[in-house]
Amino acid sequence: MSLNIVVLAKQVPDTRNVGKDAMKEDGTINRAALPAIFNPEDLNALEQALRLKDANPGSTVTILTMGLPRAAEVIREAMFRGADTGIVLTDRALGGADTLATSYSLAQAIKKMDKVDIVLCGRQAIDGDTAQVGPQVAEKLGMPQVTYAEEILSIADGKATIRRRIESGVETVKAPMPLVVTVNGSAPDCRPRNAKRVMQFKYAVSPSEKEKLSDELKALVDKRPGLNLQEWSAAFVEADPEQIGMPGSPTKVKAIENVVFTAKENLVLENNDEQIENLVKTLIANHTIG
Amino acid sequence: MANFYTDNPDLKLHLQHPLMRKIVALKERDFADAEKFDYAPLNFDDAMDNYDRVLEIVGELCGTTIADNAEGVDHDGPTVANGRVTYAPGTQENLEGCRKAGLMGMSMPRRFGGLNFPITPYIMAADIVSRADTGFENLWGLQDCAETLYEFGSEEQRERYIPRVCAGETMSMDLTEPDAGSDLQSVMLKATEQPDGTWLLNGVKRFITNGDADIHLVLARSEDGTKDGRGLSMFIYDKRQGGVNVRRIENKLGIKGSPTCELVYKNAKAELCGSRRMGLIKYVMALMNGARLGIAAQSVGVSEIAYREAEAYAKDRKQFGKAIIEFPAVKEILSVMKAKLDASRCLLYETSRYVDLYKAYEDIARERSLTPDERKEMKLYNKLADACTPLAKGLTSEYCNQNAYDCIQIHGGSGFMKDYACERIYRDARITSIYEGTTQLQVVAAIRHVFTGTYSQLMANYAEMEISEELQAQKAIVEGLVAKYEEAVKAVHETNDSCYTDFMARHLVEMAGDIVMSYLLMTDATRYNSESLTRSAKVYVNLAAADVAKHTAFIATVKPADMAQYGA
Repeated sequence: MSLNIVVLAKQVPDTRNVGKDAMKEDGTINRAALPAIFNPEDLNALEQALRLKDANPGSTVTILTMGLPRAAEVIREAMFRGADTGIVLTDRALGGADTLATSYSLAQAIKKMDKVDIVLCGRQAIDGDTAQVGPQVAEKLGMPQVTYAEEILSIADGKATIRRRIESGVETVKAPMPLVVTVNGSAPDCRPRNAKRVMQFKYAVSPSEKEKLSDELKALVDKRPGLNLQEWSAAFVEADPEQIGMPGSPTKVKAIENVVFTAKENLVLENNDEQIENLVKTLIANHTIG
Repeated sequence: MANFYTDNPDLKLHLQHPLMRKIVALKERDFADAEKFDYAPLNFDDAMDNYDRVLEIVGELCGTTIADNAEGVDHDGPTVANGRVTYAPGTQENLEGCRKAGLMGMSMPRRFGGLNFPITPYIMAADIVSRADTGFENLWGLQDCAETLYEFGSEEQRERYIPRVCAGETMSMDLTEPDAGSDLQSVMLKATEQPDGTWLLNGVKRFITNGDADIHLVLARSEDGTKDGRGLSMFIYDKRQGGVNVRRIENKLGIKGSPTCELVYKNAKAELCGSRRMGLIKYVMALMNGARLGIAAQSVGVSEIAYREAEAYAKDRKQFGKAIIEFPAVKEILSVMKAKLDASRCLLYETSRYVDLYKAYEDIARERSLTPDERKEMKLYNKLADACTPLAKGLTSEYCNQNAYDCIQIHGGSGFMKDYACERIYRDARITSIYEGTTQLQVVAAIRHVFTGTYSQLMANYAEMEISEELQAQKAIVEGLVAKYEEAVKAVHETNDSCYTDFMARHLVEMAGDIVMSYLLMTDATRYNSESLTRSAKVYVNLAAADVAKHTAFIATVKPADMAQYGA
């Protein structure tokens, strides 16, 4: 059975390699100092998608990413690993979106696609750590959702059997398709980039990227349909302007604080209850705990 | 995430050598494939970008999966049951990673599913893989056998086998037997022709790396009653046919993840590759030359990891209140390790470029006849490749052993324990100067070029090249070494005593290596404007000067009559 698989992927700043200059003076993220990477758990989701494609010949894997035009980079990265094509959902009006506006915009884009059988995404992105977008997309599409998935065990009779990670172990569930699956970081790593595919798709570009190419490369992209990625705007996906970007985002950031550890001296305690009790009292008194 | 390509800027430098332009143009036939294959390069820059991107994949796979698995693979090793080998779990994962990443059949033409890479970027991948896991480099590097199958097999054989290699099936070269090691003329495995034109193989092979491979190239005696190399032919054995079983796998000192097999052939159906009687004298020689370059790459990878482990430990380990890297004795060891590593790498890629050039011409000659100028160039590069290959294999393998020794020395007592990678590196290094021809046999191959003047010609070429202002003092020293070398060659040659010449061959070849690598370091440091190569050039020239002095003193002291002291 061939499947239409959509993977939601996000380009994120690499918060795992935070250096001294990761934050600006005003406490906002210094994006220039953090390399943009493929959100790690979205790679786990991509691997699940590619396994489904391997097991179900004729299936297609489409990457959907919302962000700046340069987010096309994650689509290429996914294509190097086996994805077929991708769409960048990009528009100034989409900027500043919180998880609610983001999931609405993504859901609108998915509605615009031909029959979708399964939507996969990472559990959460490392820049926000909310884990809200996947479930909200499912709600907005009216699809069932399976979160914290580790492996899609089988697809049969319009149902997906999925093993998911829960607090105390694993559980296997069955859900009707179409559905949304969020994949946990404990799922298998994504396969490596493939040498041939890298050479094949390195010139895959979105329309706005294509504008900047040399004439020779433009001609190449015209000649090879597989090198043309799509760019969709808010209007194209028929998004309600009130539900996207800043206007559609009820989350307001009150303040961002740059926490710097300043304590320098050490405190050495004797191993007895009295000293430990005194320490706890001190910590409660200075509001470190409690 | 560790990436063994991007964390080593010297690799990118070597990839930028000006000769690459010519290599790529020849290999890509002026980019004719771009119309037929959507992954073929459009032009030189596009091709170089491809190599860079693919090496980045190699670097990532090596820096993560393969390096992470190395310790477990060394510990678990392969097993054998019912005549079949099972790789260690880590090895299986490594192979699967290489297959998915499409890193098999890298140098094979696109029409067979290969990447059509020149030898140089392929050898660079081998250098990187070996740093991650030296034993795994063997399994992965045996894809090189496809090169021999391509060169000497029929088009029909190529079509049947090479796509399988590109898809990830593994290969082996079945040469050695209990009584035929260095002396392959004594191979006994019997090949009997059948009425249908196929052959049956019967007998035993020993020490066969990856002996349970999917596709084997086998050296066997096809001519009944013959005793020498002219009775041997090369065969292709396909595991799907059955008939070859693994009797045991060896328990080795190092490269323990790579299964070394004893094979029993019982009426194993095989097919002839190329012409009868040419097995050893032509095909296996070509196979071995390719494999020797592979071992040189493996050796450079070992030197790299040995140096990195040693340097990291020396920075970390504190004694007498400071990091031990601060002590002059340690500084000297590390500088010399780095110089040997850099010198080895310069020689490795110099050799791979010559191999690339003559092989590209050879391949073009399969399609059309070469012009007289092209033929002349092919002959020249063939000669240079022939001269540089044994030098590279012989000397880089000795250097990697020395570096592995020094790596343990830097670790002190901790290095003698099983707790650090250096003990595995030391064990893995040891085979490089033995297999695919011992260092002694590399000397036998190289000494010809001492006396015919190929090395002298190379030295003269290098002397004409640009060398930076900063290295002028070193250049003058090396010019002095050349004079000493020529004198020593003359002195040995003039004795007209072939036994004495053999006896002194190692000394002369090592001197040639000292000088060639000194020049390569100086010219590469200049060309790439590299501070670290300049540092290594200075250290290496000092080392070369001392080494040449040692050899010349030995040659001056030990006269033909003195060989009796050695029982010679």
